[in-house]
Amino acid sequence: MNEKPEKLIDKKGLRLDGRKADELRPIKIEVGVLSNADGSAYIEQGKNKILAAVFGPREMHPKHLALPDRMVLRCRYHMAPFSVQERKSPAPSRREVELSKVIRESLEPSVFLEYYPRTGIDVFVEVLQADGGTRCASITAASLAIADAGIPMRDLVVACAAGKVDDTVVLDLMDTEDKAGVADVPVAYMPNLNAVTLLQMDGILTPDEFENAVNLAMEGCKKIYALQKEALKTKYMNVKEEVEE
Amino acid sequence: MSSLVTRVRQKQIGQLIDTGKRLDGRGLGDYREIKLEQGLIEKAEGSARVLLGKTEVLVGTKVETGQPFPDTPNEGVQTVNAELVPLASPTFEPGPPDENSIELARIVDRGIRESKAIDVEKLCIEPGKNVFVVFVDVWVLNHDGNLIDASALAAVAALLNTKMPNYEIKDGEVKIKQGYIPLPLKSRPITVTLGKINDKLIVDPWLEEEQIMDARISMAINDEGNICAIQKGGAGYFTPQQIVEATKIAQEKAAEIRKKLDW
Repeated sequence: MNEKPEKLIDKKGLRLDGRKADELRPIKIEVGVLSNADGSAYIEQGKNKILAAVFGPREMHPKHLALPDRMVLRCRYHMAPFSVQERKSPAPSRREVELSKVIRESLEPSVFLEYYPRTGIDVFVEVLQADGGTRCASITAASLAIADAGIPMRDLVVACAAGKVDDTVVLDLMDTEDKAGVADVPVAYMPNLNAVTLLQMDGILTPDEFENAVNLAMEGCKKIYALQKEALKTKYMNVKEEVEE
Repeated sequence: MSSLVTRVRQKQIGQLIDTGKRLDGRGLGDYREIKLEQGLIEKAEGSARVLLGKTEVLVGTKVETGQPFPDTPNEGVQTVNAELVPLASPTFEPGPPDENSIELARIVDRGIRESKAIDVEKLCIEPGKNVFVVFVDVWVLNHDGNLIDASALAAVAALLNTKMPNYEIKDGEVKIKQGYIPLPLKSRPITVTLGKINDKLIVDPWLEEEQIMDARISMAINDEGNICAIQKGGAGYFTPQQIVEATKIAQEKAAEIRKKLDW
């Protein structure tokens, strides 16, 4: 095990990886990376490497789970055994069951589920490497995968965490900051609708600090939102070029 | 899966909430009556039962010795488990825990853990080898909505009621002595859950409200009135303004409940 560092922010106000308090990790997003899925996306956020894929709308299995008035959205968040320092058993942990639920609930408000009654879509998220903030990066990728599958949406969902490290409210915590920090506030957000679809917190914050953290996280979300849209456009620009050739 | 609320009923609940009232006569910010009883299971190290209106939750704690986690060799272990017992609701089925019971257990766990309610450093017997493990088992006996608040309250009440074995270390060996000492606690978090119906926030949603609400948000508030855990649930969303409003209501309600309780 690594020892906890004494200070997470140095005298210059820089973090362990040299970022400023309100700075995101480098992000790389790609859309349409899997040929068998109806929609897919890949995200790298710092050392996080996450794949998301969408299948559907398709017939529900088992059939009795289908709903007469809307589509059922299912979500599975899963971590590869090699994605973390100590091997994680591939069987779904309680944490993964909870995260699957909150990720699903963060995506549901964005999809016009009522357009496809009696069907289902499955969102599969595989974390290939984890370094803090995987639930947020997963949501960002999963929402793009849904868009890539051509399913009508109200807005893209984008997620980012903020938190408190030492005495400072910072954006986009990495693993060490998450573990040794004071608090972590993951937020998922639909910027065009000004709607927060995921909000969790652990650690102790005063109400003012909490409000600052949520605002900072939403600012981060807006920056990632631009990258999300860019990634979606890039895919179709490439398709267009291929067609024109 | 879940039982349904008729459209007429949904409309009725919604319209009432628009006028600031609720079907069971409460205001939007009112809790149902809370009844708390401690120490009713003699064989458990601690226990408490909470009645929140008709919602009933029993929590029992057990304290045993075990190994610490490798990354926290000097700390005792806290584990929370929740069981949605089939006798509590026609929608609960026997079998391994589903996502709802896992989420419930993890919300209760986070409230206790993040507020540092249990003084885990005092539960260490031998660093890296032997520590006390506190098992908190949440048993839902009747489901009439807002299991989160009832369970969180019952869990903290049970911890307050928990005794652990008295021990000493002699020649490097752990000896359990006669008698018991109270479990060392540092905080008493209170969890407040709000539901959103027709864009309005309501406190302590009961079963029918829970079934038609867009989303919920639960906040654990510690003794100082700071927030120590949050969980949003449900397939809806909150605006940033509603979140700020919810934190204010949660703080107010937590203080109010804290004042009423004699624990």
